[in-house]
Amino acid sequence: MARVVFLVERCKGCQLCTAVCPKGIVVMSDSTNEMGYHPASVSEQNKCTGCGICALVCPDMVIEVEREEKAV
Amino acid sequence: MKKVFTRPRSLKDVPFHYCPGCTHGVAHRLVAEVIDELGIQDNVIGNAPVGCAVFTMDYFDFDMISAAHGRAPAVATGVKRVLPDRVVFTYQGDGDLAAIGTGEFIHAAVRGEKITCIFINNAVYGMTGGQMAPTTLLGQKTKTTPYGRDSEVNGYPIKVCEMLTPLDGAAYVARVAVHSPKAIIQAKKALKKAFQVQINGLGFSLVEILSTCPTNWGLTPLEAVKWLDENMIPYFPLGEYKVPPAGVI
Repeated sequence: MARVVFLVERCKGCQLCTAVCPKGIVVMSDSTNEMGYHPASVSEQNKCTGCGICALVCPDMVIEVEREEKAV
Repeated sequence: MKKVFTRPRSLKDVPFHYCPGCTHGVAHRLVAEVIDELGIQDNVIGNAPVGCAVFTMDYFDFDMISAAHGRAPAVATGVKRVLPDRVVFTYQGDGDLAAIGTGEFIHAAVRGEKITCIFINNAVYGMTGGQMAPTTLLGQKTKTTPYGRDSEVNGYPIKVCEMLTPLDGAAYVARVAVHSPKAIIQAKKALKKAFQVQINGLGFSLVEILSTCPTNWGLTPLEAVKWLDENMIPYFPLGEYKVPPAGVI
């Protein structure tokens, strides 16, 4: 179980994250944020594995990744 | 659920002023993550350049100094000699380090100053509006080379890592990129090693980070990372050019 949170007001719509998602679920939103950019968002949250590659390439730290802690 | 990826502690919670897709943001985050991991946030002093990254003191949550254009290694030398227990680094672009500041970083390396230079190479003058930089590739169109850089008129791009390698004072020299997830992971490893070289007192360290400038290259951010991969990396090969002997760090 994993979740990505997009801080949409920080997103400048560069689309770098959309190209690297192995599941292809990061898409650009149709709405605009306060800065006037179309922010990135995740289309199917349930498919997210929490790999964090989108967050790794994001230059503006828009993306936070949460993952369920593994049971020991 | 546990947060596995979030803002590093050494980076203030403010938005960057950089253009969309500019990889300065990634480089900033990597530096902050490395400083967090080494636990040196209270003990580090950074030197900002003149260029797009001139406002880094607004972003890094530790002591920063702004040096005159190109003079960050000279200022860092002074800081390190007065406060030898601090970790001192410079963060400079190619217009700053490789043009007006060429003398400073070379002589800092020759003297074996125990400082770390982080050199952002995006092959163009960013802040001033996209003029030709010393690192601009042959054939690359900029504001001042509208027909492409011509070696007859403009000379050849400067290769900073190759220049430093023969110098005895330079202990760690590496060239990395931040255009892909794999390259970003390697860039972080190189930055960490560069700081460890300084902490262990081995000498001068420099990490060149190949970066994109979508605005001045006239490309979208996605086209820019592709352009970097296809054009810059063949001319500026990635890798560690000089490493300390095995087992030292």
